[in-house]
Amino acid sequence: MLDLNTKKIKKNAYRITKVRGETASRIRVPGGLLTAELLPLIQNIAETYGNGRIHLTTRQGFEIPGIKFTDMEAVNALLQPIIDKLDINQEIPGKGYTSAGTRNISACIGSNTCPFATYNTTNFAKKMEQEIFPNDLHFKVAFTGCANDCIKTRMQDFGIIGMTEPQYQKERCIGCQACVKACQKKSVDALSVENYRIVRNTEKCVGCGECVINCPTRAWTRSPETYYRLVLMGRTGKRNPRLAEDFLVWATEDAIIKIVKNTYDFVNHYIDREAPGGKEHIGYIIDRTGFEEYKKWAMEGVELDLRTIVKNPIYWGGIHYD
Amino acid sequence: MGYQTTLAKINAIFSDLSKDYVIYAPKRFVGDGTFTNIDTIRYGEITDLSEIEFAEKSNYSFKEVLLPISETLFYFTENEMKEADAPKKGAIVFLRSCDLHGLKRMDTIYLENGAVDTYYKRLRDKTKFILMGCENSFENCFCVSMGTQKSDDYDAYIKVDGNAVLVDSHWDLLDAALAGATEASVMPDSVTANNTVVTVPETVPQTLFDAPFWEDYGNRCIACGRCNFVCPTCTCFTMQDIFYTDNGKAGERRRVWASCHVDGYTDMAGGHAFRNDKGQRMRFKVMHKVNDYKRRFGTHMCIGCGRCDDVCPEYISFANCINKLNTLVNDSVKEEN
Repeated sequence: MLDLNTKKIKKNAYRITKVRGETASRIRVPGGLLTAELLPLIQNIAETYGNGRIHLTTRQGFEIPGIKFTDMEAVNALLQPIIDKLDINQEIPGKGYTSAGTRNISACIGSNTCPFATYNTTNFAKKMEQEIFPNDLHFKVAFTGCANDCIKTRMQDFGIIGMTEPQYQKERCIGCQACVKACQKKSVDALSVENYRIVRNTEKCVGCGECVINCPTRAWTRSPETYYRLVLMGRTGKRNPRLAEDFLVWATEDAIIKIVKNTYDFVNHYIDREAPGGKEHIGYIIDRTGFEEYKKWAMEGVELDLRTIVKNPIYWGGIHYD
Repeated sequence: MGYQTTLAKINAIFSDLSKDYVIYAPKRFVGDGTFTNIDTIRYGEITDLSEIEFAEKSNYSFKEVLLPISETLFYFTENEMKEADAPKKGAIVFLRSCDLHGLKRMDTIYLENGAVDTYYKRLRDKTKFILMGCENSFENCFCVSMGTQKSDDYDAYIKVDGNAVLVDSHWDLLDAALAGATEASVMPDSVTANNTVVTVPETVPQTLFDAPFWEDYGNRCIACGRCNFVCPTCTCFTMQDIFYTDNGKAGERRRVWASCHVDGYTDMAGGHAFRNDKGQRMRFKVMHKVNDYKRRFGTHMCIGCGRCDDVCPEYISFANCINKLNTLVNDSVKEEN
């Protein structure tokens, strides 16, 4: 005889599935990077308590289906070394994940491996995880190393896109125009030539670093500081799927963390408690309150770098089915 | 004369020398590499020997000291011109044995190949060269194959070992500064073998110039020119005449590095370019480094530093190309017999 509190179960990162009596366990992997030693532990859970299968989630976690509700405590015990190793904040040790609303922080492979990435996406994702988890409000955050946006940050509530500010040492430039060609063909055509030297259109430049990558003489190098484009409130879904829009350009890490944390206060204040399951996506809340009100909350106490451009107001598009 | 001294003493000597010389050495430029969080080791000005990167091979050679990447030669206005001033100070350059052999190639091209290049000469005459030893071979080095692993042709050899410094001086100014230091017998560190061994063919028959062998490189090379820019023996330049934007009646002529791999190198008036195929550009470079140059000047141009192999983003190995070419030459000789 099963007598379950489904709300508690969901908060514990288990799913109510279509199969009566069976659940699925979701494993967070912030930044999408884990050491191989954890795979046998995940395998063990799937083979001991699940149906032997593992689903790779869109958010770069693992989902182990076919677990009996009655085995949740045993599974939680087996999850503990994984939770510890991945450094997940936990309110009660041994009891599994204590929230599920704030989704796994995903990240592209980043500068650990990718030649295009402008920063270590995994490290920033882990740092963000430390700041905002556990929290049961429904937030989706993703990090991508460059404007190629392989992780698809524009489908998230918060998308963080890496930028570098190209530094030009004209005395090292031979005018080969490798940067100009790369920018024209692979990026936004922000470079032009004047008297055999390169002029960067700072208004157009997206900080992708193609000029730096393609420069054969180190005339172009990266800025010591990494900057980010913060894009807001992209979403999928039934009513109005849409891409995230730019909020900050050339923003800093601190400003982004502060804005995301401030947004929790905003949501706590404005969320519709009567919404189904008490859940309402941030984007729809902002649609109700208006962007100006959101911005007031989001920017509370945020210190912006002198370079940071704030887009105001933001208008979202997308497809309206409502 | 050989000496043993201390780091403090040698730094004090160089601090003194810096009144008359700019001191250049391979330095680590943190984060300045092609990719995020990758450093570049290239030549830069130093004030203290601790700034020198002894442990790794520099990505770029010393050549930019004598042949600046971009160098203004003269300024002009309607009817007059004025040569750009030479730097007031001389230069001291720290470099390894292979690069010191590279210097000879540069001298050959700029001082002994017809007219003397005055812009090169005026820098060269005021430059002193300090040998850095090699205790171990680095990846892709093939100096032993090219016979450049040793050189006595230096103004000084300096080895830093913690706080102790060994010096072998061929330079009276340094001898004077080191007067009173412990005399020692100092032999420069040098390697006797490299992992990469290159066999250079004696001569390459002209029939191989159009061999299908080069087509592979045509498909792989992206014409970025990195192999040329890191090479201490690539000495090509091109000219840029600049008319100042605020006053088009005045301007300057400067020369900048050029690369036989980069588009535009063979462009002629009228727009014709005679070596568009990248495989043929590879052929031209390779044959110049190990064949043509030797016919004219008696030594191979390539000094085996392997920087071209270190840097190529498409993983084209110059060293392996020569070895493959050698096999090809041997095979074609056999066929003829």
